[in-house]
Amino acid sequence: MAYDKFTQLRSTMVPLPAENVDTDQIIPARFLKATERKGFGDNLFRDWRYHADGSPKEDFVLNDATYSGKVLVAGKNFGSGSSREHAVWALYDYGFRCVVSSFFADIFKNNCLNIGVLPVTVSVEFADKLFAAVAADPQAEVEIDLEAQIIRLLTDGSEEAFEINSYKKENMKNGFDDIDYLLHMQEEIRAFEQQR
Amino acid sequence: MAAKTLFDKIWDAHVIRSVPGGPDVFFIDKHFIHEVTSPVAFLNLEKRGIPVMYPERTIATPDHNVPTVDQDKTIKDALSRMQVEKLRENCRKYGIELHDLGSDHHGIVHVIGPELGVTQPGMTIVCGDSHTSTHGAFGAIAFGIGTSEVEMVLATQCIMQAKAKKMRIRVEGEVGPGVSAKDIILYIIAQISASGGTGYFIEYAGSAIESLSMEARMTICNMSIEMGARGGLIAPDATTFAYLEGRPYAPKGEAWEQAKAEWLALRTDADAVFDKEYVFDAADIEPMITYGTNPGMGIKIGAAVPEVSRFSGSEQASYVKSLQYMGFEAGQPIKGREVDYVFVGSCTNGRIEDIRAVAHFVKGKRKAPNITAWIVPGSREVEKQAQQEGLVAILEEAGFELRQPGCSACLAMNDDKIPAGKYAVSTSNRNFEGRQGPGARTLLASPLTVAAVAVTGKIADPREVF
Ligand code: SF4
Repeated sequence: MAYDKFTQLRSTMVPLPAENVDTDQIIPARFLKATERKGFGDNLFRDWRYHADGSPKEDFVLNDATYSGKVLVAGKNFGSGSSREHAVWALYDYGFRCVVSSFFADIFKNNCLNIGVLPVTVSVEFADKLFAAVAADPQAEVEIDLEAQIIRLLTDGSEEAFEINSYKKENMKNGFDDIDYLLHMQEEIRAFEQQR
Repeated sequence: MAAKTLFDKIWDAHVIRSVPGGPDVFFIDKHFIHEVTSPVAFLNLEKRGIPVMYPERTIATPDHNVPTVDQDKTIKDALSRMQVEKLRENCRKYGIELHDLGSDHHGIVHVIGPELGVTQPGMTIVCGDSHTSTHGAFGAIAFGIGTSEVEMVLATQCIMQAKAKKMRIRVEGEVGPGVSAKDIILYIIAQISASGGTGYFIEYAGSAIESLSMEARMTICNMSIEMGARGGLIAPDATTFAYLEGRPYAPKGEAWEQAKAEWLALRTDADAVFDKEYVFDAADIEPMITYGTNPGMGIKIGAAVPEVSRFSGSEQASYVKSLQYMGFEAGQPIKGREVDYVFVGSCTNGRIEDIRAVAHFVKGKRKAPNITAWIVPGSREVEKQAQQEGLVAILEEAGFELRQPGCSACLAMNDDKIPAGKYAVSTSNRNFEGRQGPGARTLLASPLTVAAVAVTGKIADPREVF
C-alpha cells in the first residue's frame, strides 16, 4: 500500500476562486530544495500566504480561521505549469485530500492521483454553487463518494457525477500506486525491452 | 490499416499493455533526471528495496538549482549542495551516467540531450520537468512527469499513461523580418490560451515550421506545455538528420543509414484525423511580448494591453489581479516603458543561435545604464562555442554579464533572482507571479526583442531598433 485509502470524504471547504493557479504559486521553486518528502505544507501558497518578512497576509484564505477542511475548491485551470509533484505533496501535507475544480492541468491531475489526492472535475455551474455555498456559510459541507463517483453539496443536497477511470479508482480505493502494478509486469517489460 | 498520425505511430509502438478502463503501460526509451525532482524517487526505491531496472536508459545532470558562478567551488547554499550531492550519490550507486557541474556536457537537461544526440526521432522520452516537450522537435514523444513517475521509470522503465488527444497546428507561409520561433509560439499560445492545449499532444506542421532550424523547432516544442498540452512534436526531416549526424550518441555508419530510413517513415499519414486542428498565417505574426502572469497573456509588441471589459465574471477578477501584479493598465500600450533586467537563457532560448542573435544585434553598442543584463548559456558546449565565435567578447563589451550554465533566473531557485517589483524581459518560458524571484515581474520575449530592450532600456520593437 503506497498511500491512504480513499473511499468517502465529508468535509467543509476552503475556497480559492482564482483562475490559472500555477504550481509556482502552490509551491514556489525556492522551497523545492528538500531531498525528502517532508514539511512542504508549511510553504503551501507561500507568497500568497506570507509577507516577505514571514508575517501572514490576513486576507489570504488559509490565514482566515473561518475556512477549514480537507477539500480545496479551486478556480479554473488549477495546477498549470511545472510538473513538480511537490505541489501535491504540499497540498497533502497541509491536510487536503481532495481538490475540486472545473478544469485541471494534466500533469497536476496525474500527480494528484499518483499520491492519493482526489481531483474532482465539476461543471463551472457546480463549482460556482460550491463557492456560493461556502460564502453563505463557511460550515457548508460536501460529501465525495468515490465508489458512486458523486460529489454532493450537503446544504441543499444537489449533486454532480464526476469521472475517474476505473483503474485509478481502484488504486485510490485501495491505496495502491502504479508501481505496485508495474512491478508485477517485469517479465513482460523485459521481453518488450529486448526487441528495442 | 487505419491512417495514423505521427503521434499515433510512436505511441502505439511503445504500449506494452492497455489496462481495461485505464491507462496504457507505456515503455520509455530515454529518461533524463536532475537534482530537484529525483531524490524522493530514489529514496522510495530504497524504501521498497527495488533496483533501477535499466540504468543505461537514464542520464543525469544537475541544472535547476546550481549556482551560475564559481561552479568549480563547493556550492555555498547548504540545501542546494545536498541536492547535487544526492544526485551524485544516486548516480554512483545505481550506475547512471552523470554530466556533472564543470564537465564537458554539463547543462540544462533539455539542452544537453539534443546536443549529445541522445534525443532521437521515434523515441519516448520523459523527465521530471514539464519542458521535456523540447525533445519533441526531433519527432519524439517527450513529456514531463511527476516524481512518482520518475520512480516508476527507474524501477520498471514504464509509466502508466492514458493516450492524449491529438491536435495539429499548422503555420503556413513566411514570417517577416525580426520575427523568430519564440514569437511564433507566443503568438500561438496567445491565440489558443494557456489552457487551450490541455488534454492534447500537438503536432506542429506547415511551411513556416518546416523552414525552422532544429534549435528554433526546440523553442516551439518547448513551450507546448504553456498551452497546457502534454507535449508537441515535429516530423523529422533533412534538417533533423543534419543536426544529429556525428553527435556522440547518434548512430554511426550503417546503423545511421538504417536509422534514417526508419525515421523517414515517421510522419502523419495523409488521411489521418486529428481531434483538433488550427491553421495560422505566418504573415500575421509579429514580435510578441507578454504583459500578464501566464504565457497566454501575450500581445504584438506595439499593441495595447486588452481592456478589462473583454473578460467577465471570475475571469475578470483574475485578469485585474494579474495587471495589478504587473503594474500595467488595461488599454495602454507597454512599448516604451522602462524595465530593469534582461535575461537571456533557459531551455527555451539558451542555445547558440539565441546567443548569436543577441550578440549580432548588440555588437558595437552598449546596454542602457538602467539595465542589468544576464546571459546564461544553456550548456558548457554552448558556452564554449560562444567563446570560440567571439560572442562572449561582444556581449561583455556591450555590458552583459555572462554566467555559467544552468536554469538560473528561469525559475530562480539559485541566487539568480530578479528583485521584487522589478521588470525583467526574459527569453525563458514562464511569467508566473514570482517565477523569477518573489515579487519579480517577467515579460517573455524573443532573444532579438531582449537585445532591443537591453540597448534602449525600454520595451522596444526590434524592427525599429536594428
Ligand atoms: S531552464 Fe527553466 S524551464 Fe528549462 S528546465 Fe530549467 S527551470 Fe525548467
